[in-house]
Amino acid sequence: MGQYIVRRLLQSVIVIMGVTLLSFLTLHLAGDPTYFYVSERASEEEIIATRIKLGFDKPLPEQYLNFVGGLLRGDLGTSIRSRKPAIELVMERLPATLELTFFAMFISISVAIPIGIIAAIRRGTAADGGIMLMAMFGQSMPSFWLGIMLIIFVGLQLRLLPISGHVPIIQPLTEGNFNEALANLPSAIRFLIMPGITIGLFSLSRNARLVRSSMLEVLSQDYVVTARSKGLSERAVIMRHAFRNALIPIVTMLGLEFGFLLSGVVVTETVFSWPGVGRLVTNAITQRDIPVVQAAVVVFSAMFIFINLLVDIIYAQLDPRIRLR
Amino acid sequence: MAQAVTPFPVAAQLKPPEQAIWKRAMFSLIRAKWPLLALGILGVVVVMALFAQQIVPRDPNRQVLVERLLEPFHRDENGTMQYLLGTDGLGRDLWSRIIYGAQISLAVGLMAVAVGGLMGTTLGIIAGYRGGWVDDTIMRIADIQLAFPFILLAIMVLVVLGPGVWNLVPVLGIGQWVTYARIARGQTISQREKEYVEAARSMGAGDWRIMLRAILPNVIAPLIVIASFNVASAILAEASLSFLGLGVPPTVPTWGGILNESRDQILAGKWWPAFFPGLAIMLTVLSLNILGDWLRDFLDPRLRGR
Repeated sequence: MGQYIVRRLLQSVIVIMGVTLLSFLTLHLAGDPTYFYVSERASEEEIIATRIKLGFDKPLPEQYLNFVGGLLRGDLGTSIRSRKPAIELVMERLPATLELTFFAMFISISVAIPIGIIAAIRRGTAADGGIMLMAMFGQSMPSFWLGIMLIIFVGLQLRLLPISGHVPIIQPLTEGNFNEALANLPSAIRFLIMPGITIGLFSLSRNARLVRSSMLEVLSQDYVVTARSKGLSERAVIMRHAFRNALIPIVTMLGLEFGFLLSGVVVTETVFSWPGVGRLVTNAITQRDIPVVQAAVVVFSAMFIFINLLVDIIYAQLDPRIRLR
Repeated sequence: MAQAVTPFPVAAQLKPPEQAIWKRAMFSLIRAKWPLLALGILGVVVVMALFAQQIVPRDPNRQVLVERLLEPFHRDENGTMQYLLGTDGLGRDLWSRIIYGAQISLAVGLMAVAVGGLMGTTLGIIAGYRGGWVDDTIMRIADIQLAFPFILLAIMVLVVLGPGVWNLVPVLGIGQWVTYARIARGQTISQREKEYVEAARSMGAGDWRIMLRAILPNVIAPLIVIASFNVASAILAEASLSFLGLGVPPTVPTWGGILNESRDQILAGKWWPAFFPGLAIMLTVLSLNILGDWLRDFLDPRLRGR
């Protein structure tokens, strides 16, 4: 086990290096990146001064080493607009984004598993067909469009849910204010429902299809036939024998799922004016505030890699077959 | 009197297996209802894209400010239909804009898949055929790419390079190559030691010739299935990026771009400028997904109904 963890850790380090290299090279794709760091009206002297200050006059390999050095010190440059450290801006907004991502994940999984099982058990019936058709639609919708439609029809016309706004949960938690977080929860959820559905529907649909096909696979296995012929109730067969094994491909997907939802956040936060990293990134895009975009990409990637590492380790703990590979 | 039973259903089941593949595909398509409908929808979208100039009732960029935000099915005083899907915030005809939008969506989707498919298939076959360090290098790069959400890098690249079709297509293509490479590699490894490859080699065929003439035709089927799903996801990605203002310059109407422009009208409760472009995206992507599902089942009947 220890060996496995060490190997996965090393792999993650390599991947993070790869991501930083890509992100670094991207910045240089269009030539001299100095122009991203100065305002449009900057004078020639100012440009030269900035170039030297940021080290863009040095050879590329040296620049990359400096970039990685800055990264290790938690320095990802300074926002052009607000003059604050880019990483600080990202971290400030991170709790709101995580709330949304986890909520979307919760919606996705808590709905996908039951409807996937129902579709598999009732294979070929109208229920199965209906669920699969819905899943097909869910996978074909641009999420931000769904968000806009929810705002117009559920938010503005039916007035059921607020169309924008945010009540913090994670932030009071990090400040040790547990009671405040708990008190905030009901109102926070009202704000979370629509953006949560918007981000979660695609993966909900995909997971429902995954649960169904994985259940169908398992239900035809010998041990399920054995369980049935032992005279176990259908409920016991499905919950104890089939479902547990059907979960394996879903658990494998969880880590990737998180990253997927995280990238859905960028567009959805814009639609719902959610005060998270996604909206920070969109604003940074329109203002061409490159250091902020870069910081967000690096933080998101690092988080994604870390969570996948965590999932893999937990998973290896649960399923000894993985460790042997 | 009992009606004569037509012998057709039985005959249909007894079709000889040696029929040409496209013929079998056609029959299978006609039997299944949804894929046929999907193909119909896609046909309409393709016609819209190809003949946009001939079909559009109005210039998609002509602004008539006095006629802004007219509701769908708007008729003038004489009762003739003026704006089928209404007008947007600048008084432009939404229907004409959506027809033109089909061009970019389809073109970007297809070109991105062409780029990603070509790159992924080539690298995958080389990795599988050569093995060793070549294989290791290619697959490690693929792992790195899979290890973080690609859309973020796409955003980064497009911010640096600026929006535009010729930046968008390679970015979306590179975002997809890993899927093709992994499958092409796996298939190649399973084909590499087969007798027909051995035969080609003993007849003096070089490595490139073997990869191109012997292996490629035998690994291509699952790649086509992936490609059909990937056109759908490239269209969705293009829409998202256009929505963020990173797709195509605003003078060119695209579905994602029209949606982006509609944002100012949302709070006023004007639903149509946002509803119709999204519907166009959804129907196109849905059709591609349904066709992809059907194609997968057709090429690999073991997966049917899964």
